[in-house]
Amino acid sequence: MGIEIEIEKCVGCGACIKACPYNAISMRDKIAYIDEEKCTLCGACVESCKFDAIIMRVHHEDAVRDLTAYKNVWVVAEQKKGEIQSVSYELLGAGRKLADDRNSKLGAVLIGKEIHKQAEKLIKRGADKVYVAEHKDLEYFNDESYSRILANLIRKEKPEIVLTGATAIGRALIPRVAVQIKTGLTADCTSLAVDPDSGLLLQTRPAFGGNIMATILCRDYRPQMATVRHKVMKEIEPDPSRKGDIITVKPTETDLKSRTRVLKLVEEIESTLNIAEADIIVSGGRGLKGPENFHLIEELAKAFGGAVGASRAAVDAGWIPYSHQVGQTGKTVCPKMYIACGISGAIQHKVGMQSSDCIIAINKDPNAPIFEIATYGVVGDVVEVLPKLTDAVKKILKK
Amino acid sequence: MNIVVCIKQVPDTTEVRIDPKTNTLIREGVASIINPFDLYAIEEGVRLKEKFGGKVTVISMGPKQVENALREAISLGADEAVLMSDRAFAGSDTLATSLALSEGIRKTGFDVIICGKQAIDGDTAQVGPGIAAHLDIPQITYVKKIESINDGKILAERMVEEGYEVVESTLPVLITVVKEINEPRLPSLKGKMKAKKTEIKIITSEDLGIDKTKIGLDGSPTWVMKIFTPPKKEGGKIFEGSTEEVVAKLVSELQDNLI
Repeated sequence: MGIEIEIEKCVGCGACIKACPYNAISMRDKIAYIDEEKCTLCGACVESCKFDAIIMRVHHEDAVRDLTAYKNVWVVAEQKKGEIQSVSYELLGAGRKLADDRNSKLGAVLIGKEIHKQAEKLIKRGADKVYVAEHKDLEYFNDESYSRILANLIRKEKPEIVLTGATAIGRALIPRVAVQIKTGLTADCTSLAVDPDSGLLLQTRPAFGGNIMATILCRDYRPQMATVRHKVMKEIEPDPSRKGDIITVKPTETDLKSRTRVLKLVEEIESTLNIAEADIIVSGGRGLKGPENFHLIEELAKAFGGAVGASRAAVDAGWIPYSHQVGQTGKTVCPKMYIACGISGAIQHKVGMQSSDCIIAINKDPNAPIFEIATYGVVGDVVEVLPKLTDAVKKILKK
Repeated sequence: MNIVVCIKQVPDTTEVRIDPKTNTLIREGVASIINPFDLYAIEEGVRLKEKFGGKVTVISMGPKQVENALREAISLGADEAVLMSDRAFAGSDTLATSLALSEGIRKTGFDVIICGKQAIDGDTAQVGPGIAAHLDIPQITYVKKIESINDGKILAERMVEEGYEVVESTLPVLITVVKEINEPRLPSLKGKMKAKKTEIKIITSEDLGIDKTKIGLDGSPTWVMKIFTPPKKEGGKIFEGSTEEVVAKLVSELQDNLI
């Protein structure tokens, strides 16, 4: 097994027992014992031991020999219909800080059709260099051609860190790139920092439905790659005076080859905003009693300029399409304000929204679990509360 | 048609609780289930078989107890089950896992590979695309509907943030599916009987002839440095009373603090 307890060093303090998410460690004769059947070799216990008594033997046969050859931080910009998506600016915000901490440059990669005019925007938002790959066949995101172009560029330029959005596009694209380059990839990070001692990227993300957080390292391979959860990192305000280089990347015939193609895009979200982008989400659940009351949710969302979400119950009952569903089998969101209306707060719902900055819960049942995580809770019937709340919000925001 | 469905056995994260005293995960008594998204993958595989003929093979990587999940998949309509079980696989991150699975799948043969969108314990959504990349086949992620399969081509609807895209791909292909794609059936009595009798094929790293430096801990570029519980949300303010009162209180708080 790749993990061992050094018996002479173990003092039996038990810190590792708490650190193990798999219940694999116990005490035997006052010394830590790892159950091989349960241990998944995740490594969480190694760091927890203050006495360096837990040794994990990892041998990376094909580790990158010359780590110093890799420099700079890159973000992969996301565009749709030729418009840069806001998640790209958030990535630049996070990337700028990392690049400064590493004393290196911040690069951005932009792939699309007739997209070079957008490159300046990335510079104004913090990029020092923008690599632009343009071709008419690159209009829509394509798993194969985009991943090949990006992988080739990474091989050539050797960035140290590469970030993409944890979006539908980012999550499809970057795992293919990671395999092509053979490097580590951490999904859905909510915090990124440079370790001051090692210079390594500390990639922190929620796991087990947000019940625990894990910090992940990629020590021996480059680049260190991560997808970053939308709406968590802060954008930098555009600075019109910022200067940077725009580098044209010419995709080859092979780069452009793909066995898939997008025939059309059907836009579906009829109400104001898509929930992944929204700063404010108003969500409705079973407490609305029927589809005839769902307009109350839409009206409050409109008053706030926010988006409409829903619990699984409301979606399964057919009151609103699946694309609005928040929770374990729907979307994970973290807006500045989340208003849960008539949603009891089953754990499946909570895991999709509990990292929101401010949670407002409106529910008839004072014992509803949603109140446990609410910043503000209102005990009352949503059907009565919502119209009055919407009126009040409209009045305030008018002023 | 050779249909392969990848499944993962996961702890039911909805049952995972934090011990308020020690601030650690309580895992005792937490059931192991088939990853919820994988149930849609199994169902879609079975539907494809019913329409086009062929067989559905479910494959999973993990310890021996994953056999239970595979048997459940058989009861839901899958024909064969493969368990990749070997201590050498332990400690695999998404790169090593997708490599190992791709080698297992190569052995079974495939026209369509179906995965759930993501697993609820790790939530990475990386293993599906990773398998496609290792096998060098196209992929369509977040599929909510298969429109058609014919002449070696598949037409599917992929969910994106603002709606969906209609994507065409050649076969073989790997798709990952979301909940909207179907309504999984319950196990049939016949299925349950079959699940008991079906032999689960066990594959080790040796059977695959896989380079051991590429799997498990040694084949995984990433590892967990530490695990901690997120800071707890502070107890909020709860307003009770008449509708007018509660709305007034909430609005005044919002005005003071947020808007």
